[in-house]
Amino acid sequence: MFKWLDKNLPKIVLAPSLGLISWFVYGFILWTFYISFTNSKILPKYELWGVGQYVKLWKTHKWLIAVDNLLIFTVLFLVICIVIGVILAIFLDQKIRAEGVLRTIYLYPMALSFIVTGTAWKWILNPTLGIQKLFIDMGFENFTFDWLVNREMAIYTIVIAGVWQSSGFVMALFLAGLRSIEDEIVKAAKIDGAGLFTVYWKILIPMMRPVFFTSFVILVHISIKSYDLIVALTQGGPGISTTMPALFMTQTAFHKSQVGLSAASAMMMFMAVAAVIIPYLYSELRRENVS
Amino acid sequence: MVFALTPIVSFAGPKIEVLHWWTSGGEAAALKVLKDDFAANGGEWMDMPVTGGGGDAANVTLKARIVGGDPPSASQIKGPTIQEYDQEGVVAPYNIDSVAQAEGWDNLLDPMIAAVHKCQNNSGPYCAAPVNIHRIDWLWANKSVFDSNGISIPTTWDELNAAADTLKTAGIIPFAHGGQPWQDATVFEAVALGVGGNSYYKKCYVKLDENCLRSDTTIKVFDQMRKLQGYTDEGSPGRDWNVATGMVIEGKAGFQIMGDWAKGEFTAANKTPGVDYYCSSTPSDNGYLYNVDSFIFYKTDDPDKVAGQKLLAKLMMGKNFQKVFNLYKGSIPARLDVPMDEFDQCAKTSNADIKTAGAKGGLVPSFAHGMAQGNTMKAALQDVITEHFNSDMSSKDAANALADSVLQNM
Repeated sequence: MFKWLDKNLPKIVLAPSLGLISWFVYGFILWTFYISFTNSKILPKYELWGVGQYVKLWKTHKWLIAVDNLLIFTVLFLVICIVIGVILAIFLDQKIRAEGVLRTIYLYPMALSFIVTGTAWKWILNPTLGIQKLFIDMGFENFTFDWLVNREMAIYTIVIAGVWQSSGFVMALFLAGLRSIEDEIVKAAKIDGAGLFTVYWKILIPMMRPVFFTSFVILVHISIKSYDLIVALTQGGPGISTTMPALFMTQTAFHKSQVGLSAASAMMMFMAVAAVIIPYLYSELRRENVS
Repeated sequence: MVFALTPIVSFAGPKIEVLHWWTSGGEAAALKVLKDDFAANGGEWMDMPVTGGGGDAANVTLKARIVGGDPPSASQIKGPTIQEYDQEGVVAPYNIDSVAQAEGWDNLLDPMIAAVHKCQNNSGPYCAAPVNIHRIDWLWANKSVFDSNGISIPTTWDELNAAADTLKTAGIIPFAHGGQPWQDATVFEAVALGVGGNSYYKKCYVKLDENCLRSDTTIKVFDQMRKLQGYTDEGSPGRDWNVATGMVIEGKAGFQIMGDWAKGEFTAANKTPGVDYYCSSTPSDNGYLYNVDSFIFYKTDDPDKVAGQKLLAKLMMGKNFQKVFNLYKGSIPARLDVPMDEFDQCAKTSNADIKTAGAKGGLVPSFAHGMAQGNTMKAALQDVITEHFNSDMSSKDAANALADSVLQNM
């Protein structure tokens, strides 16, 4: 009896959560997939209707804006987060004093929710409250920094807030990666006459490939899912200029009473995430099989 | 657990579960009046408040409960959305109609407003009860700012523009505005009613006539919107409406265009209408944009709950609740026979104007607040209006975009 329990305990413990996850995550993904082929308006309907919602989605001006914004945001968020993260990690890797304190300072924004980040940056960037007012009060009367209220530039304020929140996390990933490399490699390179810059550029950073990959996957799916940051910072405005797919999806389902269209947009987001995650999982699993 | 459930199970008598988002200040106080009334009549009230996002969170909860096959007895739903829920088959068999007939709601309500609350395309049995009438097309102005700049209440949009120019020259923000899509649409519909006129408004925004939407009048409406945009300050985008009202109260800004809930902010700041601030309608030809808050009553098989629905409908349309609730909320009673003595000057104006407007064909439903159109079309209009207001889009392009957006969502 105990032997049987001993052997099967992990399975018994895991079974409920596996069941719940398969229903509440994968079951509802399938449900959403089904709903996206129906003409559901205010409430879900179950008669099939075809691909009309997808056709309509790609004709919806607001969705196209959302997709454009997603591309701008993802590229900038990814590149800037990784660049800042790598630079911070390299600086912290120099065996400096008070490293623990500094590391915590840079990592700490990650502990805040995006709502807090968004609200704080909303005040900082508001031209009548924040940076612009500060400089004008200091005597620079022509100073303007009105990106938040400028429809062309507002999307970049979301990038600023997102980068502020997430680059410390990327730093932590890279720092862990750098620390896991054996000292001998660096020493050997130095004996061969490589400078510090060459050591990092030619040896250490290329060895960080898996870390780059991990950061990429994590940051891309943060950016595709980004919702709370936008709600707190711009609410999709000015106008509809900073709408992103996740915001479009919620608004379409709950404000516009177009559940079917919303499900279609959710499936598009799901496919975008899948396009990033599946190759990652594939390569990870293959590596496990090889070893 | 069993002990906790026993009293509820054993209770026989009117019972109601109300999903609402009236949890703050005056609204909560007004609702308490209703709850106490309900209890005094032997009913049991199960409160289900869902706060957040001006009803957004409550809407999500409501849909989840309906999809789950367990709708609440009553919830806050208004305008054409009542018909949308009826078409989903979750409202019939219209439990409250017998109360409405017995109480003679047809004689107590304006026919136009009565129709909103009748299911089966506005002509069948009553399935919802109105609690108030909000007016949208209000101009709230700081009296001392207007007086010291020699401005009187504008009666045409040209006068309003001239007044705004004067204020701008004097270094005061003329137009306190919160740049959120629903607020942009709120201003737009007041402008459309004023600049375009009553029949234009009905043709374009109630009947959604394509030629009307593309017409020169629509272009003129967008031109006026562009002018108003020039009178806002640069902190406007994203600002909440009550912050904008605060700017008028403090005299930082001249005026705001907002529904009569803005009055609550003035009252909370101890300001008196006519002394500290003006409340007047935005310029129009006896126009009146109405927005009615209602409660819809869902299908239920439980006889206790049916009894509860009937009792609640009766109390909600009762003279006492309609008076007390609207004194708190800043709107006017939906019932026409409630004495207005205890109301302030703004509410009295509103009550007098709605009768004139009704007689002269100017009583029109607000689309920005979901009275003229369902949620889908409301959003289709709102998206274009807010995009125009927050960009340099030309008025002609905006008029065409408005028509295209409507056609796409037909």
